Amino acid sequence: MARNIEGDPNDFTVTDGPNNAQYKDKQHDSSDFVLPYGDHENDGIVQVSFTLPVEKGALAEEAARQIMRTMGLEEPVVSESSYLSEGFTFFVGYGKLKRPIQISKLKVARPMWDLLEPTEVDKMIKERLGRPLIVVGAATGNDAHTVGLDAILNYKGFAGDHGLEAYSSFRVINMGSQVPNEVLVAKAREVRADAILVSQVVTQRNVHISNLTNLVELLEAEGLRDKVILIAGGPRITHALALELGYDAGFGAGTKPQDVASYLAQEVLKRKSLY
Amino acid sequence: MLKLNLDTDKINRCHELAQSITSKVNQELVPYGTVAIERTVTRFMGVDGVDEEGVPLPNVFINELANRGKVNDGAALYLANACVELGMTPQQICEMVAARSLDITNLPWHGADVVRAKARELCEESLALVKANRKKRESMLEDMPVTETPWLYVICATGNALEDAVQAKMAAAQGADVIAVIRSTGQSLLDYVPHGITTEGFGGTYATRENFKLMRAALDEESEKLGRYVRLVNYCSGLCMPEIAFMGAVERLDMMLNDAMYGILFRDINMERTLVDQNFSRMINAYAGIIINTGEDNYLTTADAFDAGPSVLASQFMNYHFARNAGLNDGLIGLGHAFEIDPFIQDSISYELSMALMVRQIFPDCPIKYMPPTVHKKGDIFFSHVLDSSFNLVSNLTGQTIHLVGMLTEAIHTPLIQDRYIAISSACYMRNAAKNLGQNLEITSDGLVQKRAASILDETCDFLEHVDEKGLFAAIGEGAFAGVKRYRTGGRGREGVFMKSLSYFNPVEEALLEELF
Repeated sequence: MARNIEGDPNDFTVTDGPNNAQYKDKQHDSSDFVLPYGDHENDGIVQVSFTLPVEKGALAEEAARQIMRTMGLEEPVVSESSYLSEGFTFFVGYGKLKRPIQISKLKVARPMWDLLEPTEVDKMIKERLGRPLIVVGAATGNDAHTVGLDAILNYKGFAGDHGLEAYSSFRVINMGSQVPNEVLVAKAREVRADAILVSQVVTQRNVHISNLTNLVELLEAEGLRDKVILIAGGPRITHALALELGYDAGFGAGTKPQDVASYLAQEVLKRKSLY
Repeated sequence: MLKLNLDTDKINRCHELAQSITSKVNQELVPYGTVAIERTVTRFMGVDGVDEEGVPLPNVFINELANRGKVNDGAALYLANACVELGMTPQQICEMVAARSLDITNLPWHGADVVRAKARELCEESLALVKANRKKRESMLEDMPVTETPWLYVICATGNALEDAVQAKMAAAQGADVIAVIRSTGQSLLDYVPHGITTEGFGGTYATRENFKLMRAALDEESEKLGRYVRLVNYCSGLCMPEIAFMGAVERLDMMLNDAMYGILFRDINMERTLVDQNFSRMINAYAGIIINTGEDNYLTTADAFDAGPSVLASQFMNYHFARNAGLNDGLIGLGHAFEIDPFIQDSISYELSMALMVRQIFPDCPIKYMPPTVHKKGDIFFSHVLDSSFNLVSNLTGQTIHLVGMLTEAIHTPLIQDRYIAISSACYMRNAAKNLGQNLEITSDGLVQKRAASILDETCDFLEHVDEKGLFAAIGEGAFAGVKRYRTGGRGREGVFMKSLSYFNPVEEALLEELF
């Protein structure tokens, strides 16, 4: 789940070290060096499946094994090759990864806000701000998908976690799908929104990127950018991507309404020096 | 054999109520026309192509009429009169209008009888083509029969029509009986139909007449190879319902997604616009022998599927009667529903089975379309695959007709070619493995499955009583369907609705009414 982070989440530094021989010498330190676990510790077993544009046969299987070697898999085994159609073969394969990664050298996304219970959020906003937060949400551009947006905003919520509408501390305006950025900005101005939630599901040919960038430009042109907390959400959104595009936060797959509510409450109060 | 004990009086009452609700709406909307219908008439008269700026000529012509305040007489009279006066084809007339070298409303009038006769004549070719396509489909189905049910329905959505054709043929060879090309996201809100073969789309491929033609040719070729007719599907929804229906009819599509209320509820299209357009588009589909697919799955994905049972059934009754009112026979009414109940609810499969069997039993002659789980699929493709397998089992047990094959990567990306292969293979396995299982089982009279169906039917009946009393427009206004509130004067596309004049004439409607009723 993408919460706020410290450092660059893309910076998963794979250590140069230990090759396999060295690794064996460091058995005592095994918890710091990890390999995929299949049937026993450090066997490095990985399963893969992919299609090659090659006619099914011995040549295709050899091609699949070579492809697996390019992935860094040793002892590649093709367990299944299926005829997809003329000139296309689907493979399931297994191989062994030999080069471990060192856990202590990794930098990972880490939340910079606390996950609060809904009652805590309501109480905190009521006591410190004295009015509900106004949140405008929309799936923008051509995007017709509102499942994610609805899950976060609508009363019903998602997986037993109620949406922002269920909080007394949020006033929610859910504009639905296919909302032009201009209309969203106008609405945010009209209701004096504290936060804007943008949902982008369709990502074909990176249409979501230009859409998200365009919204930031519009808000800046209208002098609204600093007045709102701007959040992007969707299955292909990461916090790092959102920051890069000029958003305050990004929420990816698996986000629950409570995550968004907790973040919003703390962020608004921080900005007003009330937290 | 699996059979629910359903209250026949209740079912009859639901039919009565749905008939009352839908015919009141149809009656109330008789005086209204839409620009989309007039563009469709223009297309029936042979007009195609775009102007210098890429605007489709039917739009150019209807916009011109609307600007001159004449659209409420209908397109046919002006177009036919101009053809008589100038001795030209409708295409030539529209090209002149596009070049601004002709004032279509200011030509000498040749009298209603002459002009109407000319208008009828100008539609004949298209009408004959649609009829020939229907015959051709029938004869192809005889030569290359589809012997297994449910028909396996898969989606291609690369955005590129040429690539779709390759993937569609591949899917057909793997066992798919029906290929749907998802439209580029947002097309439903375009008030025109794009033109030409398109290779760029978002989340799908633009529906254009040329793309339809290309796909039809590809699937015909594959059908011949397989000895099994492969059906082609597109979307007859949004602001251009009747125009897409025309294109599907002339390019021999076999199914169209075509829901009476979907546009209102889920795309915020104006009520009058949608309800008038759906009626005309369904008349075209009926004439073309095209199976419509309704979109009740949307109720299940936007609300909690466990609670949404009655709204699905109520919508099916209404879609059914709207369809009957438009001249579709039962064999062309593909009512939709879906397997979307939270899989972690105890006995979720029993509830799914109950609903699926009930829909099957209440509409015995309709090709019911069953859609796979989507909402409860996440990134675990292995679990998604198991869930699809449960769906496949219920579908086969309950004798569904059109089976939308679920994808294990549903929540992740548009299907990769191996995803489609894996999904089709497992659906084929279940279709064979559970072939006669349903015939050999019975529903206990006091069990969960029976009780669940009875209670949904009761609630559906109460719900329809309420809608009938309120009227459909008011019921939608209070959020009776999917909790979405819409108003008669709101929504997109209302500017394209007009009151027909006393001299209004629509030769296509006239011909279809004669054929269908």
